[in-house]
Amino acid sequence: MLTMTDVEVGYGRTSVIHGVTVEVPPDGVVAVMGHNGAGKTTLLRAAVGLLPTRSGTITLDGEDVTGTAPHKRVRRGLAYVPQGQQSFGQMTTLENLQVVADGRARGAALVDEALDLFPALHGLLGRRAGLLSGGQRQQLAIARALVTEPRLLILDEPTEGIQPSVVAEIEQAILGLTRRGGLSVLLVEQHVGFALDAAGHYYVLASGRVTAEGTGGAGSVTDVRSAMAI
Amino acid sequence: MEIIVTQLFNGLSGGSILLLAALGLALTFGQMGVINMAHGEFIMAGAYTAYVTQNVLGSAGLSLFVSLPIAFVVGGLLGVVLEATLLRRMYHRPLDTLLVTWGVSLVLQQLARDVFGTAGVDVPAPSWLSGPVELLGFSFPRTRLFILALAVAAFVALALALRFTPLGRRIRATVQNRPLAETAGISTRATDRLTFFIGSGLAGVAGVALTLMGSISPNLGTSYIVDAFLVVVVGGVGQVRGAVIAAFVLGIVQSFLEYSTTASIAKVLVFALIVAFLQTRPQGIFAVRTRSLA
Repeated sequence: MLTMTDVEVGYGRTSVIHGVTVEVPPDGVVAVMGHNGAGKTTLLRAAVGLLPTRSGTITLDGEDVTGTAPHKRVRRGLAYVPQGQQSFGQMTTLENLQVVADGRARGAALVDEALDLFPALHGLLGRRAGLLSGGQRQQLAIARALVTEPRLLILDEPTEGIQPSVVAEIEQAILGLTRRGGLSVLLVEQHVGFALDAAGHYYVLASGRVTAEGTGGAGSVTDVRSAMAI
Repeated sequence: MEIIVTQLFNGLSGGSILLLAALGLALTFGQMGVINMAHGEFIMAGAYTAYVTQNVLGSAGLSLFVSLPIAFVVGGLLGVVLEATLLRRMYHRPLDTLLVTWGVSLVLQQLARDVFGTAGVDVPAPSWLSGPVELLGFSFPRTRLFILALAVAAFVALALALRFTPLGRRIRATVQNRPLAETAGISTRATDRLTFFIGSGLAGVAGVALTLMGSISPNLGTSYIVDAFLVVVVGGVGQVRGAVIAAFVLGIVQSFLEYSTTASIAKVLVFALIVAFLQTRPQGIFAVRTRSLA
């Protein structure tokens, strides 16, 4: 589905990612873990196209998308939920979904399907997204990504900074999506237990390099914790 | 009573001209953050479009309506060319933009002088717009009523388009969070170009309206550009509806001050009032309220 091969990414003169190779198989869930500053978000931003790669290649379904604009990658089936519960704050909840649904043949149905996943948003459709709580905004962000009918969903710390009761809801929704089939997920997550529960494969990133990788599942928790402790 | 009504009408009329000049800026400056000093010259280009259209068509009545859409396209295309060649390279560099677009405005003025001459030219108003309308014992010039109606129609059309159309949603999304819009599948480059086309096109429409106020000359735009920026800043940057209130309030205040003092003193007083207002409310009439700006 998505393959990043020997990718190097940075900001200005500073390189943050040094020759990282990550592969997300079709229908697969891959988790990327690591401490703050390990380069997880930078890696995802490069995967989406918000940051250019200095070297290496990125392919989507076997086609090279290394220099392709983000909105064109979205058209090819990639969706991205950035860190920090981002939304179009001055637009209503419904408009946040409509702006993505516009121009899609099944637009209205897609909005309804996304809302079914997060029923809490039903009562907030007319409220401006900037006035929603962090948890509600994150649900909206995931719903918005799903309206693009993605085949690959990229999630950057979807439960970060959200109150525990809502975290459980969001985790359940993500697990539900990963088990539904037809959707690959690339997940960056601090919460190791949840990440490994969802993922079939994991990578541990430290200082911009892959320091450990393996298969997901609860059995790998100790391996990941020890890899992250180094 | 007569004085109050007359000054109120003059204020509304002045405000409607300000609004037409500022509406496009509310998009390109207010929404996109681009300081386009050449916006005034897009107004001038719209005015000369009306002049050329009338010379080609001959009939003043027909040419007014024909020139409105043509001026919109002419202004819009000038804006798109400016955006595609220069401005796209300097988003988030307001000072550079200011200097570059000021340079462009001088070039456009000179171009107009070379083509149309330095002297002002007249674009006669159609006969059905000449003379006043008598209402409740007061008389209101038809041309000014027409400009007022045109300004209100332009605002309503823009507000509805921004609020309810897919393009409007794309523009607002791009303005609020560009990377998020891009990763939501919106081509932000295409949206920028369209936003600039509409904003600059509205300047062209303003230019046509100004031909009804008197003769036009190559430096027509310079008389309006500062006031137009003031309207956007006072209204609240990023708020199109703020521009409406600001334009009419400034128009009315100026009209009453002009009556009690002189045009120059009134201008000074208006500037002083704006400075005082922005001291207490730097964000303008409408502030952006949100839990988080993200």
